[in-house]
Amino acid sequence: MTRLRQLAVCYWLQLRVMMFSAFEGFLQVVFPLMFATAALLVYRVDGDPDAMLFAGIGAAAMGIFTSQTTSAATLMQRERRSGTLELLVAAPLSFSYVILPITAAMATLGLYSVVAVILWDWWLFDLPLHVQNWPVFVLSVLMATFTIALFGFLLSVTVVRYRTAWALGSALEYPGWLLGGFVVPLQLLPDWMLPLSYSMPTTWAIQAMRAAADGKSAWFDLAMCLAVGLVYGLLAAWLGSRLVDAARREGTLALS
Amino acid sequence: MSNLRVFFVGGLMSFRALFNWMNPWIYIPTSLVSPLCQILLFAYVGRAAGVGNDEFYVIGNALNYAAIPCMFAMTFTIGGERFSQTLGLVLISPARRIPLFLGRSLPVIVNGWVTAMFGIAIGSWVLDAHIPGDAWLLIALVVAIGSLASTGLGLVMGAINLVWRDGATLGNVVFLVLLIFTGTNVALDDLPGWMAAIGRCLPLSHAIEATRLLGDGASWSSVQGLVGTELAIGLVYVVIGLGSLRLFEHLSRTGATLDKI
Repeated sequence: MTRLRQLAVCYWLQLRVMMFSAFEGFLQVVFPLMFATAALLVYRVDGDPDAMLFAGIGAAAMGIFTSQTTSAATLMQRERRSGTLELLVAAPLSFSYVILPITAAMATLGLYSVVAVILWDWWLFDLPLHVQNWPVFVLSVLMATFTIALFGFLLSVTVVRYRTAWALGSALEYPGWLLGGFVVPLQLLPDWMLPLSYSMPTTWAIQAMRAAADGKSAWFDLAMCLAVGLVYGLLAAWLGSRLVDAARREGTLALS
Repeated sequence: MSNLRVFFVGGLMSFRALFNWMNPWIYIPTSLVSPLCQILLFAYVGRAAGVGNDEFYVIGNALNYAAIPCMFAMTFTIGGERFSQTLGLVLISPARRIPLFLGRSLPVIVNGWVTAMFGIAIGSWVLDAHIPGDAWLLIALVVAIGSLASTGLGLVMGAINLVWRDGATLGNVVFLVLLIFTGTNVALDDLPGWMAAIGRCLPLSHAIEATRLLGDGASWSSVQGLVGTELAIGLVYVVIGLGSLRLFEHLSRTGATLDKI
């Protein structure tokens, strides 16, 4: 019960902080929204309704990925600069339980972006979302949100020693959109890219969203999404504790 | 003579001082990898939609991405001085404003040009998009004019940054406007009329169109008009930027907000 309360309080506090930030609260929604618009404008030239729907579903989810790239990559640096990293590390609980609510709050902003893009596409492109199985579609979006938070957790601990991690985070945006098949069918990508695509939880989540929209079974894609996401989470938890131990041992925690 | 020194030496020194934090760990992901990835993303979107060819997206997105260094760097020339607590010293110096601020824009234009040319060269190579060998020199010239026009817009944003502090958010929003409205991924003729009309007033639209024509083998005489228009738009933004700097500097002084971070 205490653990649940801690996770909920951390999540809610971080969410409130981010919602008041122009960079995270506003830009994290507008940036994918405009890239989704650019992609849909390309699809609109030919006007194929099936292709528009394909792109519309993927475009809606672009914000989920964006929510993590720069924000998660800079998470440790921001805590360090704010002088709160030592407090987080010294908290009497696993480091994972501190970081995960933060990346979950970031992912929630991505969820807001999904709704914004769906409404935007409807209004601007007259592209209503035709979904055969709404419950599974919503579940797929939530699964994408949950697993991208785990991806963000891994990203945040992986780049902890990269002092300008924001540059790497922002550079991950376009490859993530391309490899995840957000607005491009995976069949078009070169074969060597496919293993990278399928090692991303978002790829499976988007396939699940499209399957739910078509009325097909999405359970395999959802299971794969969860499995890949959990691998990311376990890897991040292991890596996070090792990095924190190393930083404490070498006295480098506060070095930026 | 002193104006020339302020323009060249002052501009270079200022650029080196304000961007001393720039290192390969930042430059490579932001100025070389990101534009290439944006090119790949939209080239594949174009392939999936069956619209345009790879060269169309290589040129559009490479030039569009030149706006990032141009606009952000110009905005940062104001924001960075404020952050270093040197903005007041710059503004009370007896140097004339035009060489002072235009000198700062010259390295920025060169940086934007390098980013765009890298995107075109490597993007064409990766996607096997053919651009005629004799077109490269003219493309380089048009890209330079496009970078100048973007830097003009950056000068306006730098002026706005005197009174509105969040330059990073503003820069991203303007970059997105350029992405949508300048024909980066959809030719202006295929955009809704009102969007194309806005796009024709923005930097890069005409440079992108001219570069695409040159990439298709067009002669200089057939793109002269577009290049001239791009240059004129760029100069208009430079004039607006210098005027805005004077206005907002006055407002900052009267409101005592010059160094407010």
